[in-house]
Amino acid sequence: MNILSFVTLFPLLGVVALAFMPKTNTHQIKIVALGISIITMLLSFVMALKYKSPASGFAYVTSHPWVSSFHINYALGIDGLALVLILLTTVLVPIVVLGGWNESEGGRWSVKTFYMLILVLETFMIGVFAATDVFLFYVIFEAMLVPVYFLIGGFGTGERAAAALKFLLYSLFGGLLMLAAVIGIYIISAEQAIGSFDVTALSHLTIDHATQNWLFLGFFIAFAIKAPLWPFHTWLPGAAKAATPGTSILLLGVLDKVGTYGMIRFCLTLFPDATKTFAPYIIVLSVISVIYGAFLAIGQKNLNSLIAFTSISHFGFITLGIFAYTSQGLTGATFYMVNHGFSTAALFLVGGWMISRRKSAAIEDFGGLQRITPVMAWLFFVSGLSALALPGLSSFVCEFLVLLGTFTRYPVAAIIGTLGIVLAALYILILVQRTLHGPLKSGNESMTDLNLREKIAIAPVIAALVILGFYPKPALHVINPSTTSVMAQMNVTDPHVLAGK
Amino acid sequence: MFTMPTLNYAQLAPILIVLGGALLGVLVEAFFGSKRRGPIQITLSLGTLVISFAWLLRIRNDISATAAMGSVATDGFGIFLQGTILVLAFLAVLLIADNDHFAPAVSALPGSEEEAAAISSGSRTTEVFPLTLFAVAGMMLFPIASDFITLFVALEVLSLPLYIMTGLSRRRRLMSQEAALKYFLLGAYSSAFFLFGIAFLYGYSGTLSLTDVGTANIFSAGSPVFLYIGMVFLTIGLLFKVGAVPFHSWTPDVYQGAPTPITGFMAACTKIAAFGALLRIFYGAFFLMQYSWKPFLTTIAIITMVLGSIAAMTQRDIKRTLAYSSITHAGFLLAGVVALNKAGLAASMFYLVAYGFATVGAFGIVTLVRDSSGEVTDLSKWAGLAKKSPLVSVAMALFLLSFGGVPMTSGFISKFSIFTAAYQSGNIAIVVVGVLSSAIALFFYLRVVLTLFFQEAPTDGVSVVIPSIMTRIAIGICAVMTLLLGVYPSLLLNLVDTMSTLVH
Repeated sequence: MNILSFVTLFPLLGVVALAFMPKTNTHQIKIVALGISIITMLLSFVMALKYKSPASGFAYVTSHPWVSSFHINYALGIDGLALVLILLTTVLVPIVVLGGWNESEGGRWSVKTFYMLILVLETFMIGVFAATDVFLFYVIFEAMLVPVYFLIGGFGTGERAAAALKFLLYSLFGGLLMLAAVIGIYIISAEQAIGSFDVTALSHLTIDHATQNWLFLGFFIAFAIKAPLWPFHTWLPGAAKAATPGTSILLLGVLDKVGTYGMIRFCLTLFPDATKTFAPYIIVLSVISVIYGAFLAIGQKNLNSLIAFTSISHFGFITLGIFAYTSQGLTGATFYMVNHGFSTAALFLVGGWMISRRKSAAIEDFGGLQRITPVMAWLFFVSGLSALALPGLSSFVCEFLVLLGTFTRYPVAAIIGTLGIVLAALYILILVQRTLHGPLKSGNESMTDLNLREKIAIAPVIAALVILGFYPKPALHVINPSTTSVMAQMNVTDPHVLAGK
Repeated sequence: MFTMPTLNYAQLAPILIVLGGALLGVLVEAFFGSKRRGPIQITLSLGTLVISFAWLLRIRNDISATAAMGSVATDGFGIFLQGTILVLAFLAVLLIADNDHFAPAVSALPGSEEEAAAISSGSRTTEVFPLTLFAVAGMMLFPIASDFITLFVALEVLSLPLYIMTGLSRRRRLMSQEAALKYFLLGAYSSAFFLFGIAFLYGYSGTLSLTDVGTANIFSAGSPVFLYIGMVFLTIGLLFKVGAVPFHSWTPDVYQGAPTPITGFMAACTKIAAFGALLRIFYGAFFLMQYSWKPFLTTIAIITMVLGSIAAMTQRDIKRTLAYSSITHAGFLLAGVVALNKAGLAASMFYLVAYGFATVGAFGIVTLVRDSSGEVTDLSKWAGLAKKSPLVSVAMALFLLSFGGVPMTSGFISKFSIFTAAYQSGNIAIVVVGVLSSAIALFFYLRVVLTLFFQEAPTDGVSVVIPSIMTRIAIGICAVMTLLLGVYPSLLLNLVDTMSTLVH
């Protein structure tokens, strides 16, 4: 078993350990869950340090036959794109466990169930990025919905059951369309005497235009629902509103990235011609997402749905970068996925602490927090600045790259997209002003500032945002080779920039 | 002139053993007192099924088309389905063994003094065991029958006991008896269609053998109109048995009215037997005429998938929901029939096994959820069950997710392989419709899961009875198989690959 497999499966060890622990000993359960997730994180660091960008294909490749009659393999392997997303996952899980120390209590089920679900989900999240077999990817892509469904429905608040169902139905519907496309591409590979689900082998198929278009749509719609791209986004605000902050972080920070990751890994490389056909339309949808998400975020009254709508706007930027298919665009989009993970995590963490202290998620209930809880207020402010892509924070780097990369191919879209930055400033600053500044609103007087555990939980997130903002090179160094290989597989080059640059 | 038939008893033995067990069961009914019959019948039935299965294992490689003068074909496909039926019947008998499900005196009028006396005397209906064995024998013959008369005899042998068993329910007896009557009348009607079709096919080809009818098409000088009429009527008879739209209307009523273990048995085993016959006929006898029936059967498959899943959404009763779900599954299985390639045959075999285990398991759980007046099938009463009985709820969720085709369950691999086979045959329409109706179907499976896990339990809630050890074993095996075939499907996929052979 190589280290990649080990990192992927390690959290399951924790699930087994938790299964044998008594339900009542909640403190110990939390410690074990935290310990397992930290060890997973350290293991993934070891893996990252030893990682060398492969000349082609994937590193840490492993493959075992799984369902031999359909040539399905348990095949893992990572490139830069997958590596950064796996690191994002393994870093966020312990932060979620630590930051939401008490959110597992008061749910429908025991604390034990909560952490078992989280750890199962972690294995799926790592596995989905590591899978190089399309079938395996599909299976994990679908199976990971089940723990999230129970996390939202069992431990969320408000209309949690309905939100969980809506989330699951949307995702499964998209997944089924993708299933049809997965079967289609397998049949084509069988006809061309390859008969494989291996993503590299499949990218060498010659598929005629019409078929490519259909298969592309099958994959793309599933990913667009996941991502979520306008107009497939309607499940997200409800889910984010009902889920616990920790679940929301994993949902928006990691799970939704599977959508944008899948677009690069499968849509672009397997169906390059169809990508070129559909790209202009998807660019339009992305721009709409950017603007629409931002506008709706401005009008939100609920803190969690506000963060959800900002994410729709940000995902618009990511898909913009992907479907511009330029090297800056793709690298920017990939880097954006990581940064969005951290900045959303920061917002949900601090927002979650504010909500749990105030026992309300309505923005109008907050006010003047700067006076009584300065640390929490400052951290919320910094998280907000990261969401609006302030220079010096990592989200600025990627937003800039995405717009630059988009401009060379779709200048109009890039210009309209820039409006999104302005709107982002608006929704974040209005939010900051309403919640943190001004006179202290009644009901907020007894709020306490962050305790040590919470400070430890948020510290790595803020550190990542700042360090990657000033020194993004390590991340870009890993991402660039996979961008180059995607561009090569698509057989495209960057458009010539007009003179005057 | 009458020639003495030569029978290969070794190859017919699995069926003969079951029939022998059934006859012994009848004798037990006659010679033992009502108190002692129960344990004897249970042991006898289970033993018979085990012996028959053991024999089947012995002859699994003896492929022959002439075991009974060309009337049965023991090939990989047939033996595989026979084995599947035996295993599922074994599990179903474990559920049937719980005596709370059957009326103590079937002949007594509901609510009469006679019935009250029977209840207080503690007598129980043990006839159900030999009846089950008779039905199993018919089911085992149905998928290997290779002439039309044998096919018809098998159909009747499997159907007649089921009509009776449907009417045996201990509670809601009027509903049960109504279901039995409805099943019988519609079943008799469909048998008539079936027989009518056979007559036309005989008239057209002059033979009753499946193989000869298949080739008669090329040589016959007769008008193909008779062939078509024969095919249509025969197909209608079979479609009735598998519960395909528009011949499905009996399914919800019968599934709801029958005692729940019987419903589980019927839903799993009858479907396997009927699809076995359907596959043998369409992959064999009617193979050469495929261009005349494929559009027809494709249409049936599509409307079955769509209507089954839409109708299921409006149901409020778990047994009716599962009935409509079984209709939807019939549609998916028909997609395997029209695929008409080796992959389609293998996929259908896998599908039937996966579906069978999940079905027996799901109905097994329905038998456990009760209140003071017996089983509760109203879904609203199931709300919040997970709080009280987490294990049972998780198992139920597993079966439902498998029905819905969620990855890591056997149902997903079934759907995947069926759709792959259909795609391979170029029938992309059926794949797209299949995928979309899967999405609709998921809605109602998930709604049940949601009811179980996320709704508050009503005050007059139901409880899960402590299952008997036999019920526990049955549900446990079904759950393990559902998960195992989802996580490591190669176990069975490799087997169906080698067993998916048909002899003519």
